Amino acid sequence: MSEATLPPPRRHGRLVVRLLLLAAVFFAFGFALVPLYDTLCAAVGFNGKTLKDAIDAKDLPPAAVNYNRKLGVQFTSTLMPGLPWEIRPLEPAIEIHPGELRTTRFLVRNLSDKTIVGQAVPSVSPTVAARHFRKLDCFCFKQQTLAPGESREMALTFIIDGDIGDEISELTLAYAFFPAPNPS
Amino acid sequence: MNTATHTLDHHDGHGQHPTGLLRWLTTTNHKDIGTMYLTFSLLMFFVGGAMILAVRAELFQPGLQLMKPEFFNQLIGVHALVMIFAALMPAATGFANWMIPLMIGAPDMALPRLNNWGFWLLPPAAMLLTMPFVLALFGIGDGAVATGWTLYAPLSVQGGIGVDFAIFSIHILGISSIMGSINIIATILNMRAPGMTLMKMPLFCWGWLVTAVLLIITLPVLAGGVTMLLTDRHFDTHFFNAAGGGDPILFQHLFWFFGHPEVYILLLPVWGLMPHVLSTFTRKPIYGHTAQVWSFIAIGVLGLIVWAHHFLTAGLPVPALLYFMYSTMSISLPLAVLFFCWIATMWRGAMSFETPMLFAVGFIVLFGIAGLTGLVLADVAADAQYHHSYFVVAHFHYALFAGGIMGVMTGVYYWLPKWTGHMYSEKLGKLHFWLTVISFNLTFMPQFFLGLAGMPRRIPDYALQFAEFNAISTVGAFVLGLSQLIFAYNVWRCVKGGEKASDKVWEGTSGLEWELSSPPPHHSWDIQPVIKSH
Repeated sequence: MSEATLPPPRRHGRLVVRLLLLAAVFFAFGFALVPLYDTLCAAVGFNGKTLKDAIDAKDLPPAAVNYNRKLGVQFTSTLMPGLPWEIRPLEPAIEIHPGELRTTRFLVRNLSDKTIVGQAVPSVSPTVAARHFRKLDCFCFKQQTLAPGESREMALTFIIDGDIGDEISELTLAYAFFPAPNPS
Repeated sequence: MNTATHTLDHHDGHGQHPTGLLRWLTTTNHKDIGTMYLTFSLLMFFVGGAMILAVRAELFQPGLQLMKPEFFNQLIGVHALVMIFAALMPAATGFANWMIPLMIGAPDMALPRLNNWGFWLLPPAAMLLTMPFVLALFGIGDGAVATGWTLYAPLSVQGGIGVDFAIFSIHILGISSIMGSINIIATILNMRAPGMTLMKMPLFCWGWLVTAVLLIITLPVLAGGVTMLLTDRHFDTHFFNAAGGGDPILFQHLFWFFGHPEVYILLLPVWGLMPHVLSTFTRKPIYGHTAQVWSFIAIGVLGLIVWAHHFLTAGLPVPALLYFMYSTMSISLPLAVLFFCWIATMWRGAMSFETPMLFAVGFIVLFGIAGLTGLVLADVAADAQYHHSYFVVAHFHYALFAGGIMGVMTGVYYWLPKWTGHMYSEKLGKLHFWLTVISFNLTFMPQFFLGLAGMPRRIPDYALQFAEFNAISTVGAFVLGLSQLIFAYNVWRCVKGGEKASDKVWEGTSGLEWELSSPPPHHSWDIQPVIKSH
């Protein structure tokens, strides 16, 4: 049988390049998901994420405290492995009106004989309440350094905005204190 | 399908070939590469099986008898990675290499050198994955990846060197699969015989076309995810570190964006070959060819947008839960079309039950159970109870053992005479089938009940009330594992010799692949056949 009977060679180059490009696009898509996910979570409060930065008191709607409605707010805290600290909310549970400005404190103590930097990460449940939980100031906005044996009261100033849905009467704000990944 | 074929002479187009090891290292022949994929797959099937038998031995009784929990954790994760990436996927790729050129009337795969490279990346990847076990024996590191195959952060960020080995192994396996997929798509799109339109193309090729596209779309996302994991572990990034502004749940999204389509990647080649087997042994044409093609495509597309049902309990908001629940359940519609077509193909056919047909029918029944229990798990309310329990373990083994492995066995028994030119032992094949199907149910049926009763998966010890069902499951697993030795022996025997197979092999076959000699000549179709239109 001669070579002439073989089917003519086909050019696959273009198709291969396109398919490789498709793979590259989806590799990039994986990385694009990182900011996309963050934006989405912040926008709709997926995952109980509160805003990472303080809001300015000026940006708040004119104080319209709704005295007819009461919300229960609970505070809890956990320490992640590798952080020899102690933390507890000074007020484990409070009652608050929507729109009311409130400050609460957590007692944090370094139990070790070393200076340690920690970072608190908040989470609100039910998760849909997260974006109504507006913080004017929070110890979680930056890393906290504690000297050996030092204890400190750390403050959180917040407002729960009046838009919060009527179906919510109780919410929980949980702090997880991590060893700071890159102590600054 | 009418075909006009020409007489084929067996000839060697390229003069002399290297022999021995060099032949296998350098081969670019689709049949040689297909054989290597299948052999590698069978080998790794036993490696992964041995790991899980050690796990089942530990779970035979409550309490810790045989191993430390750390080692148990390593075994379950590596078992899954080996079975998925090194046993099931290479088996399907082996089928593709062997059968697609034969079925579409092409002389070989489109990119033979890439094909060779794609295969030879697999053994090093498998070695990387399992090497930490060996290193640990010499006091290096603390063993293989111990996070389960899902590699969830933050556990995988904290794990030992086994995680790094697994990450690099996944990178290499991913590159290998993407190269294989590009090759298959190029072969299917560019090298079909004249007259074979896409809609006339055999369903096995269609199943693989959708699989290949899914692989190219999803594997890079997994590769990106594990790359982030790697940089989180060693280069101070915080993709999954909450303290650094990252989010561990993000890893679950990245993983399952790949992980759910992966299920269909494993199953589509099997769904593709099933109609051919059913049609052969019922002596009827395939029912609903076009409907099945569109079902493949629909399942492929839907499979890409339902991933979060794997972590419905992770704290998703209600609208997201509802979306993922309903979209997941909607996959049962195209799947039901496939079941309907399979049954309609058999309906009132002149059925005979040779080993491939037994496996095909067993597949339909058991895979049906996987589908139904999958619907239960997709239900948000029910999933809160069943998530991460043995119910899930049983469900995905009905999907991936009864659906995947038994589907592969269907294909092996069906095509083995074509590949080797010899008939396998029907007696041993039937023995293998009955032992497999009985011991499979003995292994996994009790696990549904264990899960319903609340036994969590991935834990080396359990409460006393789970003891009986676990003992039954372990006995079943050992019978299941040992019965596969019959399969290996039967294949070995068939490769060595035996009754000559005819070109058509089975009485009721149709399709181009059965018009070539058994075994087929070195170059499958030197002269492309022409498919006549009706």
